[in-house]
Amino acid sequence: MSTAKDRAPGPAGSGLNDDIGEEKRLALYRSQVRLRDAEQRAFDLFLQNLVKGTSHLSLGQEAIAAGFAEAMVKGDLSFCTYRGHAHTLARGVPVEKVLGELMQKDNGLMRGKGGSMHLTSEKHGVMGSYAIIGAHLPIACGAAWRAQYRGDKDVSVCFFGDGTTNIGAFHEALNFAAVWKLPVVFVCENNLYMEYTPIKDVIPIPQPAADRASAYGLERILIDGNDADIVYRTAQKAFARARAGEGPSLIECLTYRHSGHSRADPAKYRPEGELEEWKKHDPVKLYRERLKQFGVSDAQIAEIDASVRKEVDDATEACKAAPSPPLDIITTDVYADGGWAWRN
Amino acid sequence: MAEISYRDAVTRGIAQEMARDPDVVFLGEDVAKPGGCFKATVGLYEQFGGVRVRDTPISEQAILGAAMGAAMTGLKPIAEIMFSDFIAVCFDYIANEFPKARYMSNGQTKCPLVVRTANGAGSRFGAQHSQSVENWCMMIPGLKVVAPSSPIDVVGLMAAAVRDPDPVIFFEHKSLYNSKGEVPDGEILDTLGTAKILRPGKDCTIVALALMVPRALEAAERLRIDHGIDCEVIDVRSLVPLDTKTILASVAKTHRLFTVEENPRLCGWGAEIVSIVADEAFYDLDGPPVRITTPHIPLPAADIMEDVVLPTPQRIMETIRRSLGS
Repeated sequence: MSTAKDRAPGPAGSGLNDDIGEEKRLALYRSQVRLRDAEQRAFDLFLQNLVKGTSHLSLGQEAIAAGFAEAMVKGDLSFCTYRGHAHTLARGVPVEKVLGELMQKDNGLMRGKGGSMHLTSEKHGVMGSYAIIGAHLPIACGAAWRAQYRGDKDVSVCFFGDGTTNIGAFHEALNFAAVWKLPVVFVCENNLYMEYTPIKDVIPIPQPAADRASAYGLERILIDGNDADIVYRTAQKAFARARAGEGPSLIECLTYRHSGHSRADPAKYRPEGELEEWKKHDPVKLYRERLKQFGVSDAQIAEIDASVRKEVDDATEACKAAPSPPLDIITTDVYADGGWAWRN
Repeated sequence: MAEISYRDAVTRGIAQEMARDPDVVFLGEDVAKPGGCFKATVGLYEQFGGVRVRDTPISEQAILGAAMGAAMTGLKPIAEIMFSDFIAVCFDYIANEFPKARYMSNGQTKCPLVVRTANGAGSRFGAQHSQSVENWCMMIPGLKVVAPSSPIDVVGLMAAAVRDPDPVIFFEHKSLYNSKGEVPDGEILDTLGTAKILRPGKDCTIVALALMVPRALEAAERLRIDHGIDCEVIDVRSLVPLDTKTILASVAKTHRLFTVEENPRLCGWGAEIVSIVADEAFYDLDGPPVRITTPHIPLPAADIMEDVVLPTPQRIMETIRRSLGS
């Protein structure tokens, strides 16, 4: 876990001008509130039967997405999982584009061709959301290899859950990245459960990612994933290492998802009281309190909350009004010529 | 013009493209310093250096995943999977990742890469190092699939595959590495999706791929000499895109169709061709289309058994002779 020093927000009344600074702290807060509101809205829309297919929410895990995204610069690349709404939104993708895809409307990020598990927005650096566990770790290595080959300074950041650490591609990618010293940062969001089974039941070590780092010659990094400041600082350090050509990092972030695995899961496998205990360490609540400690006024916080709520409300209305995608795109973009022809 | 081996044609094709385009990089197990398990990439490491030609760990998922990530972000990787049988351990990339990224992202994501792999029997390696698995790839929308049978086609189709904006699976045949053929000097660039009529004929059409091409040609020659049967032999070369025009035009002329496939019987590429001909050229046919394949069994290792199960010139010849009633 993080040290007490990492956790401390700084002496009360010291202002926001520490290494993170006021502007970035407000951005971290806004981002977390935005992820929370957008995903809560997705859940509400699901209950109204307006979100179709599946959806995997990150409610309670917002500090990781926000902390890493705020530490990234333009050109850095995100590789997400099917639980990727938050990581996609955190890179600046409009809420309307994400909700539109979840609602399978023509205004969706991929016009309904990908669905909630495959959110992609290359212009925002979101290089895809991958629904086969572990598949994107080697892919992130490849993007990082390109950066190394060309001397580009961007970092590839690859997010995955605790369950991924038991699949072969995880180990292949970690070894490959370490041997080739690639500028890639692997981020394990350990929310304690794979799907329904606790991760601790299926590993012979306490920490699924951190306790395996030494096998690849990497530092053991285990942090409080619900504290956006700690996440942000850890990300910055890993990115600096990657950009300096010193190779990959593996970061395990402890967190907890407030919702079930997917929309179909009421999460009844959790012991009584566990969720309530973690909600005391809710990242959004924690960060709101911290801003107040730093002297940010209630009015300023309310203004951020209101502007985020407006974006989510406007996006919801736009998505409800948007048409379904036209059927003529069913056969587009199978091949690079834009079509689907496999014969003459 | 010089006579070179199929093996050396692989090196030549890759070298031609690497010299042309600095974005072309090459990775795989034992491909760089050792020059490849089949010595098909000897000299590339020396010519282009260790930054562009890289040995990897034995990690097929990492190889294909890394190729994809590099392709998505601007490089044109060539990745080797040492034996095509090993596609099974990294099939996620072939089946789920390469071919679906563009579609799922509504055209945002590109994946211009080549996976080259040693396919096919004849080396007495047994059931896990001898298979013909081109049909594993042919069935997946979004991939392109080629399998050349001659040195000149290796060079030209390799160039076409590297320059193609889609993921291409490039099947080299292990038993053809030692075969030789004339290859002109200078740059060679072929076209994916084009079959070649290697021998014109009027009595029947034989459609073959890779190692089955020289065997079909040998059978055709013996059918001419021994039985006066004039076979047209088509090298399919590219399963996706598939040059159905050339095949349908040939069947319209000869009125009989035979496919010669090294893959086991079920769901082989010949079944798709027969189906297309049945759908679209049924009334051109004077008799049933006939598939000549390896039986639906794992491949045995022993030479006398392996030799019996693959379609041989003798089996091709007898099947056609019987079917044509001569």
